[in-house]
This record gives sequence, C-alpha cells and structure tokens, in this order.
Amino acid sequence: MPLLKNNTLVPETWLHTSADGELPAGDVVVPFARLLKEWEQLSKRPGKLGVSLGNVDRAEALAMFLPKLQLIELPFPAFNDGRAYSIARQLRQMGYRGELRATGNVLPDQLQFMLQVGFDTFDIGERFTLATWQQASKLMSLAYQRGLYRRNDEAEIWTERHTDAEPWLEQPHAG
Amino acid sequence: MTTSPEKGQLVTANRLRDGIAVFLTRSGVWSETIDDAALALEPQAAAALESRAKDDEKSTLITGAYLIDAERLNGRVRASHIRERMRALGPTVRLDLGKQAEGTGAGFAAPEGV
Amino acid sequence: MYRYDEFDHQFVRDRTNQFRSQADRRLKGELTEEEFRPLRLMNGLYLQLHAYMLRVAIPYGTLSSKQMRQLAFIADKWDKGYGHFTTRQNIQYNWIKLEDTADILDALADVEMHAIQTSGNCIRNVTTDHWAGAAADEIADPRPVGELLRQWSSLHPEFSFLPRKFKIAVTGAPNDRAAVKVHDIGLRLHRNAEGAIGWEVIVGGGLGRTPMIGVTVRNFLPEHELIGYLEAIMRVYNLYGRRDNKYKARIKILVHEIGADKFKSEVEAEYARRPQASTEVEQRELQRIAAYFAAPQLEKLPRWSPGFEEAKLGNPSFSRWTKNNLGPHRADGYTIVNISLKPDGGIPGDATSGQMRLMADLAERYSFDELRVSHAQNIVLPHVKKDDVFAIWKALEAAGLAAANYGHAGDIIACPGLDYCALATARSIPIAQSISRKFADSAKQDEIGKLKINISGCINACGHHHVGHIGILGLDKKGEEYYQITLGGSSAEAASIGTILGPGFAGHEVADAIETILDTYLKLRQPGEEFLAAYRRVGAKPFKEALYAAA
Repeated sequence: MPLLKNNTLVPETWLHTSADGELPAGDVVVPFARLLKEWEQLSKRPGKLGVSLGNVDRAEALAMFLPKLQLIELPFPAFNDGRAYSIARQLRQMGYRGELRATGNVLPDQLQFMLQVGFDTFDIGERFTLATWQQASKLMSLAYQRGLYRRNDEAEIWTERHTDAEPWLEQPHAG
Repeated sequence: MTTSPEKGQLVTANRLRDGIAVFLTRSGVWSETIDDAALALEPQAAAALESRAKDDEKSTLITGAYLIDAERLNGRVRASHIRERMRALGPTVRLDLGKQAEGTGAGFAAPEGV
Repeated sequence: MYRYDEFDHQFVRDRTNQFRSQADRRLKGELTEEEFRPLRLMNGLYLQLHAYMLRVAIPYGTLSSKQMRQLAFIADKWDKGYGHFTTRQNIQYNWIKLEDTADILDALADVEMHAIQTSGNCIRNVTTDHWAGAAADEIADPRPVGELLRQWSSLHPEFSFLPRKFKIAVTGAPNDRAAVKVHDIGLRLHRNAEGAIGWEVIVGGGLGRTPMIGVTVRNFLPEHELIGYLEAIMRVYNLYGRRDNKYKARIKILVHEIGADKFKSEVEAEYARRPQASTEVEQRELQRIAAYFAAPQLEKLPRWSPGFEEAKLGNPSFSRWTKNNLGPHRADGYTIVNISLKPDGGIPGDATSGQMRLMADLAERYSFDELRVSHAQNIVLPHVKKDDVFAIWKALEAAGLAAANYGHAGDIIACPGLDYCALATARSIPIAQSISRKFADSAKQDEIGKLKINISGCINACGHHHVGHIGILGLDKKGEEYYQITLGGSSAEAASIGTILGPGFAGHEVADAIETILDTYLKLRQPGEEFLAAYRRVGAKPFKEALYAAA
C-alpha cells in the first residue's frame, strides 16, 4: 500500500505481524495484544518495534512502552469514526515523537485534520492521485485551536493574535 | 377510462445538481413529474428500474434513488405514502411553491388538510 | 458586535474555497455521495424532500442590519424569497441548488457569516440568551464566551467526527432563556459572594428520543479554563461515546450509562493531563473578543416615557402588543422589542426577504444596528428607546409583523416537519397553523397568559416538544399522521420533560384537543397561576379526564 509522508510517497519498511506465530527478522509492527503478551521478548529483539493500537484501546495503556516504540498505527475503520483523532493527540501529549500512522479509511478530505492532531504517515491506497493528497494537506491555511501540528507557514490564529503571550509547548512540525 | 388502479413500484431520486425530486421514466430519463414515472408491476421489473437508477447515481445525474409503492389511475400516479405524495407536489403549506405551482405536480391532492 | 479580523476572514474564505472544490469533485463523480454527505453537512447543506436546504449559522443569534439584508438578498437571488428561522437561532433556505452553494457561502463570507458546522457530527452553532447584553436580570453578557466557543469549535481537528452532533448553549442570566439544561453542554454563569464570576458546567442534557436533564460537573469554573475543560469533556465523549447505534450516540447516553460520577472522574483525569496549564492566550482572546461586545452608548433617560404612555392610551392594539412583546431592559427608558414571526395562521419562523429588510432597517434606525434570533423563532431588537416603540410598531404592523402573541399560545415553536424535512414522520406547520387560528382571538389568548406550545414532526425533536408546556409530537401510523400530546415540559431553570397524556390524535383533532386542555386549565387555575404552575400543582388527571372522558 502506498505511504504518504511529508507530502511524498515513501516506501514501506515495516513488516506487519499477526496476533501470534513466528516473528520475521527486521522492523515489525505487532498488534497491541501481542505487545502486552510478548513484551519481554519483543523489547530485546534487534530491529525496530511498532504497534497497531485499536480504536477501543486506551492511549495510557501504551505509556510504559512508548520509549521503545518507533511506529504506532491507529486505524480508521470508517472515515467518520473519529476516535483515532483523540488517541493520536493523547499519544503526542504523552511525549511520543515516533512515527504515527493513519490506516484504514483515510481520505484526502480528512488529511489535514489528521496532520493537525499529530499523524505523520498515511496509508493512502490507490484511489487518489498524489497531487490530490498534496493539495488536500493545505486546504485550510489557518486553525483557531492551539497545540496543533502545523507547518511553519500555517498559523494558529489565537497564538498569532497574542504572539507575546506565554508560548505553547513546542510541537514538531507536521509532515 | 379505467376504474381500478394499477399497483406497482416506481423509482424516485433527487437530481444531484439541484436536489429536485425526480422520477425514472420508461425511456430512462428522469422527469420532475410523477405521472411520467415508469410503474413496475412485477418485482423483476422493479429491480430492473432500480438497477438502471444505480447506474445514473454513478454517473452523478441523481442521488439517493429508491423504490416506492404507487398506483396509476387514468394516467395519473399516486404514491402510497404521504411523504412521497408530498415530494411529488411541494409543501402543503405553500401551495404557491414547488411542483404544484410549476405545472409539474402530481394529479392527486396532498394529504387531507389539518 | 463581534467583527472579523484578517484571520477570521481568511479562515472563512479558505473554507468556502474548500467546499467549492469538494462540490466540484462531487459533481464530477470523484467523490461518492457517502463521502460527500458529511462534507456538505459540515457546511450546512442537507438534501431534503424538495431540494437542498442550506442552514446558515447565526452565532449566538446575533446579527447586524447588514447581515440581515444579506440574508434577504440570498433569499431573493438563490431561493424563493423567504427564509426560516430555527430553534438553533439559525436560518434555513429550502430551495437551494448544490451548484449555487459555494457562491452563497461566498456571499455569506462577504458579511462575516458562514454555514460551518450547522450540521454533521460535530459541535453545532453555539446558542445563547436572545436578550444577551440587554436583559435586566443578566450577570454578564454570555456572547464573548459564545464567540470564543465558535472559534474554538470551528473545524476542530480532533472533534469533527464525533459519535453524534453536539450542541452547546450559554446563559449569563439566572432566568434561563437558553435551555442550558437540555443541551449536550450547558454553561450557566454565577456570581459568588466575593463578586467573582464562574461558569456552571452542565453535561448530558438533551431531547430527541431519550430526553434528559443534564448533570452539573463543575459548579464554578473560572472563565479562562473553559476551553481546556471543554476539550477534556469532548475528548472523553469522542473516545467513549457509543458509535454502534446512532440513537444511543449522544453524550447524554454515555453520561447515563457510565454514571455521572464516573463520567466526571474521566473528564477530571483528562483535564489534569492537559499539556499546558497556562491559559494566558485564552484570557487575552476573551478580553479581545469582549471588547467587541461593549455595551452600546445608551442615553441617560427617565424610566417614564410620556410619548410611549400616551400612544398606549390612544391605541388598544398597540397597548396589547407592548404588554406581550416587550422585555425588561437593564437601562431606564429602554426596552427589548420581541418581533413575533408567528402571525395568526402563519408559518412559525418564516420571514420574507421584504420583512427581513424591514427588520434590518428598524434595527439600524432604532436598535444600534443589532438584531437577535431567538430559539423560539422570533426576532429581537435588543436596545430600543421606549420613545421609539410606537413608530416601530406601526412599521411592523404594516409589514404583517405585529402579532401580539409573544410568549403566548400563538407563539408556537415548530420544526419544518414533513412539508420540507426528509426525516420527518408528520407535518408540524399545519398543526401550528390550526392552533394559531384557534387562538387568534386576542382576548382569549391574553386570558390564557404565558404558554409555550412546541411541535416536532418526528422523534428527533427539533421543535423541542419535550420542553413545551404543551408538547406535540407528530408520528406516522401506517402511513397516516397522528399526534401525541405531552404536558408539563419546561426548558427554564426548573427544567422538566413533559409527560405523554394519552392516546394520540389525528391532525384535524389536535387544535380542539389543545382548546380542551386550555379550557380545563382556565377552570381550575388559581388567581395568577400560569399554565405550567397549574399543571405542576394538579397533575395530568383533570386534563386526561377532560380530553378522553367523552370517548
């Protein structure tokens, strides 16, 4: 599946594993249940570790694992199931700085919302052209809310209006 | 003049660009007038109408096509459900607006007044 | 009144351009209807029975004359010369074309308006007291908070795909005219013994098929903490609200199912985790916004206006209208004019473009250029000199806008119902018209006194029938419309949900049934006792007996 990051297509380097069975060599993404079950073993193996968190799992449950994780996948079972937006924001607020990937029903019209809550890679499927995705990432040049992930040239209105006020915690820029 | 109505089903939808209620005709075009609708008397014919409508949904002519029960008497079509009779006429509280005012209304009256 | 700065302008223009591109892609077939539907809904565009319907936001119900004239212009150019004011203080146009919608949104942006989030599973237009900034009983004007919430909730990336729609109401007065206890979140202002102000936060109220009164989760939240705290509530709802059944997806069900205490502790835990405790920006933003809502330059006037009193003596119709349609203003010599959009036998909440322009002219000339839309579907001129009231009344009367029924039996709240709405199960407007005609006799209406009749054309309860003193719900029984009557609802401070009286009625029987109920009330009331108070005292029994005894 094509992956979008920083507005370009990037190759997939992660191997997805199921709930059990042999772990392949390399960088693996495991379901959350497996992370809980095999943490000891997973934390010691070579290669990077990622997790696929469900929509009903709690972000706090990942707290102790975060330092070891370099990819967290959050699913959109339907484009209008908005739970992953909150989970993404919680993970970023917990200090997670690794890759945060949106999977499932990801559509261009929601891309900017996803970027703003801290997603940085997107499993985009084949339906839309890269140009459509690139355009979709910048349709709104402004947002009112504070503490979002936005590019340098995309202002947060309240912050801009009160630039001399105490700054919000620094956020890495969106992809 | 027939005295007993033909009962069957017809397909209705809303035109995508302006939302106006339309009805699928025998020739496959969409009419604003329910009297023009093709009335399917058999389930098979109804399914064929519906499938033609689905093609027109894909080609963005119309949206939200569905089958409704209706009957035809003397060339005029009456939808069974009050909601559909309303769609074929316009609002009952503004007789000066909608199909009923534009000459594309159904031949049957809106539901009896309150 | 709030005015857009360059950021607000840019934001709304961006949004309109975005919608223009989405509509183009839909018309070209690049988006399916299923994908497009939530996008158009988030821009206020519904597909209804006869055409598209566009719902335009009127934030906290406040409009300038210029904005009202633009609404009239839109009605003439792209609709059929009228609009419908709604219970969410919005306006709806019933005959809109998809292909025109982006142009209409541009015309709205020209006057600092939009249709953002007037539908969809997101935070809807924030409503408030239609007398805000003018009412005699007000602690503080709630509209700065309303505007803060409008901005914060606009295209909130985290909360644009909630389990269900989300409605917030704000009141700054102890007499609740904003129905805060029956909203997803209701905010009510209090002043403590030290003179400081704080917000009571009420969560989980609502109407629809499961009406509930909200529960208080904070008694006295400092104003600058509102945004952070509301983010915590929204997050808990977004994560844990039910998504398996749309009829159980509102926040009231979550609060009810996990319990108010558990809900509150989830919210407090989420609030405690917020990454940035400083609210300096919010405080400054509130101050910036509040400056726009500075009170108008009212003249120092005597309480008594001889011209006003003389006009009343000389004109019984005017006198009666002033008795019913004026509200107490906080300043001497001023009053609040409530223009009823409920003429006898008319369509509740509808106004023609000509009427809109007239009201805009009156506001410009007599009310500091300001109008309000009330959730009872009326229009308010908030700051009027008593000396000017007679001139206003004459102009209103010439335009068919002088119905003297404000707050009375004829002032019926009704949703559009099956005449327009794709979700409705029965018509609402003809029922309202038949009741309105029945009580057109002004003496009888005045004798009955204060009364709220609410009509909804389906269980979604857009006509708020649960909180009507008399509520009417239209249902479908095997293709026929029939109507259930509830008594004893109220959205005021002592909020209550009405109870169903008994078997329903056919449409043509409803007005007679209402008359029977009111005649019963007139017989049993104590001196000065309003309908709701009488019902609360005697209960449903005498009304049931009167209505069903004959059968």
